[in-house]
Amino acid sequence: MGERLLLRGNEAIAEAAIRAGCQCYFAYPITPQAELLEHMARNMPRLGRTFVQAESEIGAINMVYGAAAAGVRTMTSSSSPGISLKQEAISYLAGANLPAVIVNIVRGGPGLGNIAPSQCDYFQATRGGGHGDYRTIVLGPSTVPEAGELTMLAFDLADKYRIPVVILADGLLGQMMEPVELPNAVDISSLPQKPWALTGAKRRDPNIIHSFDMDPEGLRQINRDLQAKYDRIAADEIRYETVQTDDAEIVIAAYGTIARIAKSAIRMARAEGIKVGLFRPITLWPYPSAALRDLAETTKTILTVEMSAGQMHEDVRLAVAERAELPFYGETGGVVPTPRAILNEVKKHVL
Amino acid sequence: MSSSTANMTKVFGRPSSMTDVPFTYCPGCSHGVIARIIGQTLDELEIAEQTIAIAPVGCSVFCYLWYKCDAIQVAHGRACAAATGIKRARPDRIVFSYQGDGDFASIGTAESIHAANRGENLTVIFINNQIYGMTGGEMAPTTLVDQKTTTTPDGRDPNLFGYPIRFSEMIAQLDAPVYVTRQAVYDTRRIISTTAAIKKAFQNQVDGKGYSLVEVLATCPTNWRMTPLQANQHVTNTVTDVFPLGDLVDRG
Amino acid sequence: MSRGTVVIDTERCKGCGLCIEACPHQVLAFSGTLNKSGYDVVHMRDPEACVGCAFCAMTCPDIAIEVYRETVTT
Repeated sequence: MGERLLLRGNEAIAEAAIRAGCQCYFAYPITPQAELLEHMARNMPRLGRTFVQAESEIGAINMVYGAAAAGVRTMTSSSSPGISLKQEAISYLAGANLPAVIVNIVRGGPGLGNIAPSQCDYFQATRGGGHGDYRTIVLGPSTVPEAGELTMLAFDLADKYRIPVVILADGLLGQMMEPVELPNAVDISSLPQKPWALTGAKRRDPNIIHSFDMDPEGLRQINRDLQAKYDRIAADEIRYETVQTDDAEIVIAAYGTIARIAKSAIRMARAEGIKVGLFRPITLWPYPSAALRDLAETTKTILTVEMSAGQMHEDVRLAVAERAELPFYGETGGVVPTPRAILNEVKKHVL
Repeated sequence: MSSSTANMTKVFGRPSSMTDVPFTYCPGCSHGVIARIIGQTLDELEIAEQTIAIAPVGCSVFCYLWYKCDAIQVAHGRACAAATGIKRARPDRIVFSYQGDGDFASIGTAESIHAANRGENLTVIFINNQIYGMTGGEMAPTTLVDQKTTTTPDGRDPNLFGYPIRFSEMIAQLDAPVYVTRQAVYDTRRIISTTAAIKKAFQNQVDGKGYSLVEVLATCPTNWRMTPLQANQHVTNTVTDVFPLGDLVDRG
Repeated sequence: MSRGTVVIDTERCKGCGLCIEACPHQVLAFSGTLNKSGYDVVHMRDPEACVGCAFCAMTCPDIAIEVYRETVTT
């Protein structure tokens, strides 16, 4: 383990990316992830790596597309409106089977919204926000240390499956400071080779990176291969956390910083004798549907809490269907619910 | 009927850096000439094995099939950004983008200008045929005043849609680019000049000198509704008045 | 003056006619024969006049022309 540092979420993600061997980072400034950009600007050049402030989020993600094709670990970060701009290139990354890490420090929306925290980009992240049938792995950290760990995991998963991986954080996590012990830096030279990458066709056939086939049956096969890959990921990479669900009469389903606030609400509830548990997805895609469905066999009510108008709530309803009551409590606009507010919602649904 | 080639030396053939794949371009389209010049350049500089080609969206979307090089097809307009990503990741490879006037000068405006402004050590080939070929003949930013296209059926009216954009002159204003030139391929002399220009633009990258842009005035016989010969004459007599030929920057 | 000859790949030729215009010695013309794609392909109408300058090949947008030149003996 490395030394213990007091870091903002944004900085932890940046430092974790560096330690994971991110060779090229391209981004455009946007609040509330500026510190991520600044950490990379200060540190990447002195390590002999690439930092470019691109002309826009579109420029940045297309630089990522190029660097990913060239076989290096590469990342961009932005916040909601900037992530919207990146959707076409994310579709290209997915369609071309390229690894990359994309960090979304989500803020209030829609439109310009504001710079306060939100979870209103869940659909965009988990449904493949661009065109075409594709998915990206989506990881939802809940603490600053977890943001660091999941960033390092993101690079590994991206390379393992040749897929873009989204870190879905929010402005609260990006700005809060916590002590973090990040793992030591990865030895880049020990990372697996990428024989498919664009490195110059010396003594081999050319590698062509594209997401294009004019023949419908050819493109259908490309799509079938992608779907098969997504099935493998869904079988092997689901991650979630449960807290005190064994005896719970009501379980809160929440991710990211809201899950953390929910943990406080649960402590308060338990102190009052209310048996509340927490189901916290860590992979938002693939969603831990089977685990949630199993939980619904023994829990009467699953209350979804999120900073949105009900986006993860749809996945909860898809997973659980009629097996339990599925109320929803959401805040939008950058309003962050307090533990007391969540507790009050819990009480509404407990007899 | 062709004569026997016994006792003769071959003085012109398909560049060895090129594959056998037939070009998908229309008869008489300048793209083929320029594509061949690039292949010849890769041969002469012996750089095919280090080269990474970037294919745009447009008629040359398939140009990744023409060369025995690693290649990537990128989103419309974004070739200069992808080129930046590849070159920063692999600085010792030769990276070139090949883009039409929609890709480079319309949707790709920001990426094109800023790669040049950052002085990325790249070779950018910009094909200006004053029209959008692949999508059926719409107006390009480079379309001439009064030129009829499918989106300017009565001719381009500058009061509605502005004037043809001289993008190379804009790039030439920037401090970083080391070579910016406008060429054409309407006759043999121009083809020879374009060949020298493209070779210089690649040599500059080999020498690590910085950003080079070669704009090539090209024909689109199909969408101009002309024969290939008429199309070449149109470039000779009319297009070069709006887009003057020559070197705008040469810091080599 | 050297002697030359060209070999035309008739299946690549698209009958665009640019080589005919480029040739300084009126060596080339349309043959009246169509290839598999339906193009009227080019041929040497006056092979004796070819000097192997390769202007035709440089102009050809389909790299359909190979050019040969007699080696000059000193």
